[in-house]
Amino acid sequence: MKVVAAIVLSSLLIAAGIVLRPLIATEIPASERRSGYTFMSPDTKAMQDDDTTNPGMLGVIEGEALWNRKGGSADKSCADCHHDAKVSMKGVAARYPSYDKVLGGPVNLEQRINLCRARHQQADPLPYEKHDLLALTTYVAEQSRGMPITPDPTPELQPFVAKGRDLFMHRQGQLNLACTNCHDDNWDKHLASSAVTQGMPNGYPIYRLDWQSLGSLQRRLRNCITGVRAQNYDYGAPELVELELYLMSRARGMPLETPAVRP
Amino acid sequence: MARSAIPVVGGCFALALLALPRLAGGEELKSYSVTGDAIVESLTGEAGDAARGRKLVVDRANTCILCHSGPFPEDKFQGDLAPNLSGVGNRWSVGQLRLRLVDASRLNPGTIMPSYYRVDGLDRVAKAWSGKPILSARQIEDIVAYLATLRD
Ligand code: HEC
Ligand code: HEC
Ligand code: HEC
Repeated sequence: MKVVAAIVLSSLLIAAGIVLRPLIATEIPASERRSGYTFMSPDTKAMQDDDTTNPGMLGVIEGEALWNRKGGSADKSCADCHHDAKVSMKGVAARYPSYDKVLGGPVNLEQRINLCRARHQQADPLPYEKHDLLALTTYVAEQSRGMPITPDPTPELQPFVAKGRDLFMHRQGQLNLACTNCHDDNWDKHLASSAVTQGMPNGYPIYRLDWQSLGSLQRRLRNCITGVRAQNYDYGAPELVELELYLMSRARGMPLETPAVRP
Repeated sequence: MARSAIPVVGGCFALALLALPRLAGGEELKSYSVTGDAIVESLTGEAGDAARGRKLVVDRANTCILCHSGPFPEDKFQGDLAPNLSGVGNRWSVGQLRLRLVDASRLNPGTIMPSYYRVDGLDRVAKAWSGKPILSARQIEDIVAYLATLRD
């Protein structure tokens, strides 16, 4: 009842030309959310748009080969269980990080892949940010390209999303800046010559021209954390996964672009 | 989105406040007193060197031009997160510029401009920077001296 009443009230207010302020003044309203893509130069956009020039597509091709390679003491490939990724992995990346019942917490896509290696292939985890894990993650995520981000609605996950949001809002480092200071309050401006952007997670793993390689969302987050001269978190740290969760909730409905190209 | 204009602090800072010295990697932060919206006295007791100050401002490692633009024709990569520094010497006194650099958050608690001479009230500072102000007292004085020369 209450929800219905609120919706009716807000549509009346909107009809009357009164725009409700979002709960937190700085959060970006859904209608103004923009992918990092929209800030790029025509050349970089064209590079992403054309699969023959998008350097991230190499990761997809290499990921497909790894998908079909048998491994671990179980001597199984991903394909042995999941078959055609185009079917089984469609939409999966759009709702990660996701809840893992056994761990009782969130896991991101890289961690899910490594859990499959541990649990189902009896294989060692692939190291973060190295070629194989990036390629497999890119391959799995590319199966959701164009699909809207639809965060995992599991209720047990919500406290972790809230922690990610708190971290996003919290000033840190010698420069004493929070993510929100740049990505909510100043997204239309430039830091030196770089567009600040809204810090959207919808292209990962990306091919970043500055890195000259594929890289994960956590690598990007670690770059921003280093930028404000704060202590960094290790790859896979709960704080980074919580940030990922909040970023995905903030990007709800935005189409996935993996493998995106970014400056 | 929109950031409201900066209320330049008046009344409540009218009394002179004494900042407590802090440890900065073995070296004490120099104490200073705030009068109104300014630190009137040089942190080092000496005047800064404007030529050195200009070099410091345009050096990206000191972060100013990540946010600010200014009369720096040699640098194509200036930010637009903050006002252009041209003419800043007309708008503010030396003492006001000094407080702005030392601790801009005293003038505007919501500012994104870092406090360049402060080590307290910061969270999770990376080891390499921990306990150290972003700039030394002498660097602050050099930059203040340079900014004061920026007159339209
Ligand atoms: C022996 C069978 C098996 C193998 C081999 C296997 N998986 Fe899985 N995978 C599963 C099962 C079962 C699940 C469901 C979650 C769980 O129980 O761990 C799963 C879940 C997943 C998910 C999450 C799907 C979702 O809807 O959330 C991804 C992604 C995934 N696997 C990727 C991989 C990749 C990549 C490989 C190869 C490196 C792989 N899996 C190998 C059995 C397997
Ligand atoms: C001082 C401003 C600033 C702060 C603070 C900051 N960032 Fe960023 N961030 C940037 C800039 C600038 C870029 C774009 C860099 C480029 O394109 O070269 C960026 C890029 C990103 C991206 C990539 C967006 C895309 O389209 O791929 C994400 C995600 C991101 N930031 C998240 C964060 C998070 C999370 C935090 C807090 C831990 C944070 N940022 C703190 C300035 C900032
Ligand atoms: C993270 C962004 C950022 C950085 C880095 C930064 N500033 Fe600022 N600065 C601002 C903002 C924003 C303002 C506008 C007032 C406010 O919000 O506090 C400002 C205001 C100023 C002003 C007053 C300008 C006027 O016209 O009123 C001066 C002078 C100044 N900054 C100098 C510097 C110097 C020198 C440095 C480097 C040592 C520096 N700033 C670094 C963001 C920044």
